[in-house]
Amino acid sequence: MKKQYFLNANIIDAHNSLNEVGGLIIDDNGLVEAIGKKVNKNNIPSRKKVIDLKGKYIFPGIVDMRVFVGEPGYEYKENFRTLSNAALSGGVTSVVTMPNTDPIIDNVSIVDFLKRRGRDKSKINIFPTASLTKNLEGNNMTEFGLLQKKGIIAFTDGIKTIQNTRLMSRIMKSAYDLNSLILQHAEDLELSKNGMINDGIIATKLGLQGIPDLAELVIIERDLTLLESIKCRYHILQISSAKSVDIIKDKKQKVKFTCGVSINNLSLNENDIGDFRTFLKLSPPLRTEEDRTSLVDGLNNKTIDVIVSDHKPEDEEQKRLTFAQAATGSSGIETLLPLSLELYHNGSVKLETIIQALTSNPAKILKINKGNLTIGNDADFCIVDINKPWIVKKEELISKSKNTSIENKKLQGKVTNTFVKGVELFKL
Amino acid sequence: MATKSNKAVKISQKHLLGIQDLSIADVNFILNEAKQFIKLNKSKNKKLDTLRGKTQINLFFEPSTRTQSSFELAGKRLGADVMSMNIVNSAIKKGETLIDTAMTLNAMHPDLIVIRHQDSGACNLLSQKVNCSVINAGDGRREHPTQALLDALTIIEKKEKIQGLRIAICGDILHSRVARSNIYLLNMLGAEVNIVSPTNLMPEHIEKFGVNKFSDMKKGLKDCDIVMMLRLQNERMTSSFLSSNREYYEYYGLTPEKLTYAKDDALIMHPGPMNRGIEIDTNLADDINRSVIREQVELGVAVRMACLKIFCT
Repeated sequence: MKKQYFLNANIIDAHNSLNEVGGLIIDDNGLVEAIGKKVNKNNIPSRKKVIDLKGKYIFPGIVDMRVFVGEPGYEYKENFRTLSNAALSGGVTSVVTMPNTDPIIDNVSIVDFLKRRGRDKSKINIFPTASLTKNLEGNNMTEFGLLQKKGIIAFTDGIKTIQNTRLMSRIMKSAYDLNSLILQHAEDLELSKNGMINDGIIATKLGLQGIPDLAELVIIERDLTLLESIKCRYHILQISSAKSVDIIKDKKQKVKFTCGVSINNLSLNENDIGDFRTFLKLSPPLRTEEDRTSLVDGLNNKTIDVIVSDHKPEDEEQKRLTFAQAATGSSGIETLLPLSLELYHNGSVKLETIIQALTSNPAKILKINKGNLTIGNDADFCIVDINKPWIVKKEELISKSKNTSIENKKLQGKVTNTFVKGVELFKL
Repeated sequence: MATKSNKAVKISQKHLLGIQDLSIADVNFILNEAKQFIKLNKSKNKKLDTLRGKTQINLFFEPSTRTQSSFELAGKRLGADVMSMNIVNSAIKKGETLIDTAMTLNAMHPDLIVIRHQDSGACNLLSQKVNCSVINAGDGRREHPTQALLDALTIIEKKEKIQGLRIAICGDILHSRVARSNIYLLNMLGAEVNIVSPTNLMPEHIEKFGVNKFSDMKKGLKDCDIVMMLRLQNERMTSSFLSSNREYYEYYGLTPEKLTYAKDDALIMHPGPMNRGIEIDTNLADDINRSVIREQVELGVAVRMACLKIFCT
């Protein structure tokens, strides 16, 4: 690999508190050799070919903490190859995959298969999770220790929540012993039973069963109460309501944990569901505008640590049904960054905060050396024209499934190039 | 052709999916049209040829007696060829999706499809996929527009107006499409609507629809001109919305005693089918001085004839 020189970029690397105009040098092993304002025309040998980015932005490759890949079992929705192509086009270079596949990732032998497929077919870094309980049944915990040794990075039941409090406390104790990370999807499944959208005026109007914000709140309160006694590594995958933001802000004073939010909940609200748009049937559901702005505030005041895409590819047949029958979730990995930038362009959130929530924060929680451009590290990064206007077109999406929640939305900011280990794997 | 251009002027919607979509002018147009059929339905020769040569498909995914027969009769009296699809024997039971069913039916060039479905919004989905007009005969818990229209017509026939009346809708509001359609329609026509229901069966933010909500029958029925009772589904007991039928009857069943809370000349309505002794006292249901339940069924045919005539493409 040849050395690469990039100049005149706006570089934001939250991990290294870097926010300046400068350059980036990638060495011949694909590692970061130098970065920042000291990298300029004057200290690069004149014979070298340099790329002038003319003020475009360089961000560390995004670390997306909540991604569903269809492999194994649902390859028709998304496989590792299509996922990585979609991810790269959105500047995402590392993903945490959910264990909700067929078979479910709940034992050591399936992890070997997963890692092999990930290595052979994926161009990005795959960090697989395993389920907290066998077969996601919420009864018996999986082998955290052995699974970790095989390379499992965290444990989650993905779209399900541990309902049994005794089991949850035992899971937390095991996680404490083995230093395992728990990723909780917070939902009281009885309170949310048959629910489709936020329990509120829109649910009443459309005649759809609601999911109350209490369903999320009671699990968060329960878990954080347990966490005060059992201090394991604990992260709430995504929250959706103002009430959740309040309790988390309060509890963060007392106990150590982290939490995330889906870009959907940061950008959309229940009104966007309109006339039964099944692509907006999401979990957690889109809630009110007050909830949305509360989440934005939570991101600003560091109550919320991470933004995720909650990328859940579903084939169109699963969405061309009545709202009650339609599958839950939306495809979003390739629009995660551009949609996040909307929060910057409309003045709600500082760019640095957004990048932190997309790169260094998730990496820190996961304890992986990603989401930064520290000298000597893999040069995983993206180049972004943050002002470029474009429109999300279903047919132009790269993901195998086209169930985007923001079809025809006008966005500002597009990834023009994405590099993994110094190799350019995506170019607009 | 003259009638077609007439229609374009008078109704703002292509489909009848819900009261929410209608304007007051639309509603008055339908009700006035329906009034003309009341007399016809009582006469000896009930057959017209208004819809001769037109095909009406009744697509009922949920069991229904009165609504389905009412629509069938309405279509036949207008001279349409009416086909009622028996879903139990159809491809839908073999896994065909609603959209595919819609495409299949659409290829047969119907002029009207009347649909009842257990999922809210099913009629909206259907209407996007077919060329003809779609009439909603009840979708999930969202809307049942012809029921609300026939209720309004019944009230107008009996009370000569709706404006200014106080109307209580009582029972399982949460799961009721009849309640929702009636709330929209009665509000639009200037009534004051009281919702009376145990909190477990009250939808979120219902007060934002411009109604007063009560969990006490005595307060909710006070000075009401109309007491509209809703059917209580049996499965509400098993899923712990309520404790028992007898307790429900004690607190929310309409009895002669509870009816005294309302005005002396208050009328009783019920969309049917009734659970006697659960939501309504059996003698009260049959009291011809107070109950207009039979009239509701009768006017239902007239309202549906009006809707078929107006919405037929």
